[in-house]
Parts: sequence; structure tokens; C-alpha cells
Amino acid sequence: MSMRELTFAQAIREALDEEMARDERIFVLGEDVGKWGGVFRCTEGLFEKYGAERVIDTPLSEEGFVGLSVGAAMTGMHPVPEIMFGDFITLVMDQLVNQAAKMRYMTGGQLEVALTLRATMGGGRSSGAQHSQSWHAWFAHVPGLKVVVPSTPYDAKGLLKTALRDPNPVIFFEDKVMYTKVKGPVPEEEYTIPFGIADVKRTGKDITLIALSRMVHTTLAAAEKLADQGIEAEVIDPRTLTPLDEQTLIDSVKKTGGAVIIDEGYQRFGVTAELASVVAYHAFDYLDAPIERLGAMDVPIPFSPVLEFATIPDETKIITAVHRVLEGRNGG
Amino acid sequence: MSKNIKNPLPQDAEKLIDLYRRMVAIRRFEETVFEVYRRGWMPGLAHLSDGQEATPVGVCAALNQDDTITSTHRGHGHIIAKGGRLMPMMAEVMGKVTGYCRGKGGEMHIADVSLGILGANGIVGGGLGIATGAAFSFKREGKGRVSVAFFGDGAINQGLWYETANIAVLWNLPLIYVCENNQYTQFTNWRKLVSGEGLVARAKAMGMEAWDVDGNDVLAVYEAAHQAVQRARAGEGPTTLVCHTIRYGGHHVGEPGSAYRTKEEMNQWREKDCIVSYERFLLQSGVITPDHLETLRDDVEHEIEIALSEAKEAPVPDISEVSEHVYA
Repeated sequence: MSMRELTFAQAIREALDEEMARDERIFVLGEDVGKWGGVFRCTEGLFEKYGAERVIDTPLSEEGFVGLSVGAAMTGMHPVPEIMFGDFITLVMDQLVNQAAKMRYMTGGQLEVALTLRATMGGGRSSGAQHSQSWHAWFAHVPGLKVVVPSTPYDAKGLLKTALRDPNPVIFFEDKVMYTKVKGPVPEEEYTIPFGIADVKRTGKDITLIALSRMVHTTLAAAEKLADQGIEAEVIDPRTLTPLDEQTLIDSVKKTGGAVIIDEGYQRFGVTAELASVVAYHAFDYLDAPIERLGAMDVPIPFSPVLEFATIPDETKIITAVHRVLEGRNGG
Repeated sequence: MSKNIKNPLPQDAEKLIDLYRRMVAIRRFEETVFEVYRRGWMPGLAHLSDGQEATPVGVCAALNQDDTITSTHRGHGHIIAKGGRLMPMMAEVMGKVTGYCRGKGGEMHIADVSLGILGANGIVGGGLGIATGAAFSFKREGKGRVSVAFFGDGAINQGLWYETANIAVLWNLPLIYVCENNQYTQFTNWRKLVSGEGLVARAKAMGMEAWDVDGNDVLAVYEAAHQAVQRARAGEGPTTLVCHTIRYGGHHVGEPGSAYRTKEEMNQWREKDCIVSYERFLLQSGVITPDHLETLRDDVEHEIEIALSEAKEAPVPDISEVSEHVYA
């Protein structure tokens, strides 16, 4: 495979471009996604290539254009609405939770809702409490939705292409810090990545670190520092929350005997809690210490960097948590 | 109240009679569901639309089978008016596997996608986005199909109406918003809840064609809908129809609707009963004879009896179906 380096945003853009060329049912809509190319440049050039009919600038009416997307999906199209800041997803909860997620079930299988909603997530940009949140856990709580939370350009492209071929509503979360700051190899050739397959980003025998989205990179950096201390961590990225590849997580913990779970969503009732319960239930006899969870601090996200970074998991917090697990093991 | 109608009445006697037949079918279906509830043959509650029959029948008479509708929690009339079959409707009401949605939707969520019925919504105004999206697809498709959103007076105050109406006007979508104003948003008169003059004024302020219609006059509804559909098919954009009518029963079968409405008010509405007044019109204009009317009513009665007995006999879903149809 011939590879080149793409940013996270370029990988997203390329997936949209390729799938729009393949399937004319696909159209993109959102606030300034057209002529402007998207606030985060993920739709750059698509307006020129596919025209105003398929790359559509909408009014600032999130519920309206996502509701429209649900209806368009129910009548044979594949809409790709963009929620510019994931925080605004609160405005479309009814359309996703009560409409998109339930239409197939409530009609006894008469309908399909092929819709891929892209939303951003992640703090660390001093954007304040209403432009920094990570709400992927909410949607993993809703039967009928699929939830994708990629961490690399390679995964983002392959998973987005899969979403654009899926007959179900898919909520696709993109960390906005990664758009320009994360680069990685992406094949020139066509590929897709199936949902429900976790990726082992680093192999190790001493402890399992499960992380999502940008936290995968933070966790990999922590793992390198742990390696300097003689601790070999295994880093696993579930990549999709629904469907969830439970087995890869369980197998890793059975091998290492301990786990730290890291996510940028809130810790209380969050993704880390669900993943910890899966691991604890299925690998209980293999655990040498309690599972550690690191989510965002349970406070609104503050503006001032010194406060904001205190709320987000970082390398130091991950390393400290790993040591707690390993000490628990030795003590036990 | 009505706009100035330029269209001729439907000249076709068969069509005029079909409007009557559909209204009677809705009336008798709703009365039968009430009986089914009263006897404990259905789980949950039902939201009945008897009294409002002229609006869905008049609107759907202006549609083709491949045009679509979205319906509401008070949706049985919309389904029957669009051609829905009584047996799978009754079976769905009773939670049976032979129901339209295999017992998973229930009386509030009946759909027949093959007839262009894109589901009935339990969220007030919840279907407005879906109908707008269908109109978007039809505009793209370019075959002249239109989309209708039925909603009640309660939805006048939902934000989604303003968001989608704005988009529908801007993008010139083939969409007809049909507000069935049955006077009461659950237990409160709409005038206590809606500022200004109502939805027609609001729609006009957004640059949309909008007309008040006598929702108890099936021909007035048909003509207004026909005109709105013509506009939509011709690429002239969306129209709002506000059809003023009444529900005879309560908000649902569990309350009689008498605590917040006076007898005088209800008597006045009953004098304008949509079926009785249309019956009078058909007889006076010589479209139908009294004997023919009697036969029609007997036919509907027979259909209702068959639907009820087949639904009662039908099996409930197998428990194994509970996790089917979550994902495609």
C-alpha cells in the first residue's frame, strides 16, 4: 500500500469526497459547510466539486436541518449533517433520540434511517463551557444509534466511509484539536474499517490502557514514559462504542491483569464506567487491582487554561493511575 | 374564515362518495377503538380523532399514493384517509403481531410506508422535520411528489415548526403543513397558548402562503389542499393550511373531555358535524340516494367487524422479536 500523511481533517474530507462520488444519495449540510468549506475545513472544496445541491449551507437551525435529514433518510437519501460544535448537539436530541433512533423499530422494520451525523468533541482550546464538551456517551445509551469515536486519520477515513454505507443512524465524533494537529499515514488505495473492531494501538504485557479519540494519543505518550520505567502498557482503542468490541478489551485485561480507562467525556456515568463494568464482569478473576477510570472532571469546562487542563486527563494523571493499579496489585 | 377558492368542486360522483365513505370509516374505527379500550382488549391508552374526520380525508383526497404524510399521536384518521387497512390498524392498536408495526408501535405509531405514511409521532410537532426532509428528497427527485405534515394546534408553539418552515420557504420545498386546530392543546384552549392571530399570520410573516380553512367542511379542505398540492407540484413552494375543527372525545380515552369544555360549546360543534353536514350535501345535490348511503354505512360496518374479529383472533408477537428491528 502506498501511504501519505494526512491530517485528521484531510482524512475526513477525503472520505466524504470519495463516498459522494460513489453514491449520489449522499449530501452534506450544516452551518457554513458549503462555500466556506466548514469552520474546521472538513468540507473544503466539496461545494465546488458537488455543487450547492449536495453541499448545503443551512440556517442556524440545528433541530430543523437534522430533522430534515431524518426525513430525507427515510425517503432514500443519505444526509450528512454537521454539528459544528458538539455542544450544540443538545439542540437535536429529539431528532436523534426520539426520531432517528426509533423509526425502524416503531414501524416494525418498515423504515431505514441511513444518516451520518458528524459532530465535534474535545476541550483544550480555551473555548469555554459551551464549545468544549464531549457527549458521545449520551448516544451510546440510545438503542438504534451507532457511535463512532476515531483517533487517527487512518481510522477516521475508514470508519467514516463505513458510516456512509451503513443503513442506520451513525453519530460520528471528531475531536477538533486533532483536525490539524494529528497527522498520520493514510493509504492512497480504497479501504474501509468495519464497526465493532477495536484496534490495539500498542502491545504490552503489564497493564491495559483503554482510550478513545484524542486521549489515545495522550495515552500512547504516557505509555512511552511508562516504558522508560520498565512498564509495558497495552493501549486499546475501541473506535466504536456501538457496536462495542468487548472481546478485545476482555482478552487484553486477562493477559495483563489490570486496566486504566481514559476518556474525555465526563467520568460520572460515562464511557469509562461502562467499559469498566464490561471488563470487571468478564475478567473479574484476572484483575489484580481495581480498575482505574479517568474521565473529564465533573465540572463545567472552564475557560482559563490552568483550570481547563486540570479537568482533562493528561499523561501525568494516566501514569499516576497506572502506578495506583500496579501498587494495588503488589499490595494485594 | 375560508380563503377564496378558485377550484371547482370534484365533479366525479365516485370521488365525492369516497370522501364520505372514508369519513365514516374513521368515525366508526375510532368508536370501535373506544369500545376495545373500554372492554380491556387493548393495552395502554388511545387518542381518538372522531369529530375531525373532514380534515385528513379532504387533504389526502388531494394526494397521490406516492405522496407522503407524517402523522401525529391522534393519527388514526390520517392513516385511514391515506388508504390504511383497518385490520392491521386494529391489530396494532391491540398489540398483535399482525399489526402494521408487528405490535411494536402501538396505537400512537401506526405506519404503512408503502402507502406513503411515514409514521405517526408521539412528540408534538416531531414529524415536522421528517416531512420537510421528505419534501427535500422529492424536490431532488424532480417527479412532482409532495409531502404533507399533519400536526395539531399544540405544535404551533414548537420551535421546530419555525426552523423547518423557514427552510421550506428558503428552499422552495414541495411541502404542505396541515395544522388541525381542534381548539384544545390537551386540556387548554389554544387561544390561551398562542400569541397574535395564530399560525396563518405567523406563516405569512415568514413569506409562506397560508390559509384558514373550515376543517369540518370536507370539500373546503379538499379544495384548499388541492390548491396547495398544485402549488407544490408546480415548484411554487410550501403552503400552510390551518383547519379549524373539534375532537369529540377527550385528549385520550381515559378522560371524557368535559372538564374543560362546556356542553354549549360541544353542542355548537356537533351541529356542524362534518359527516352529517356532508351527508346532507350529498343528498341535496343528488349525488347519492338514502338507500345508497345506508349500503355504504353497512359496508363500513362489515369491514370494521372483520377487522375487529381478525385482530382479536391474531396472535401476540413472539418474545424473540423484541430485539429485532433495532438496526437495519
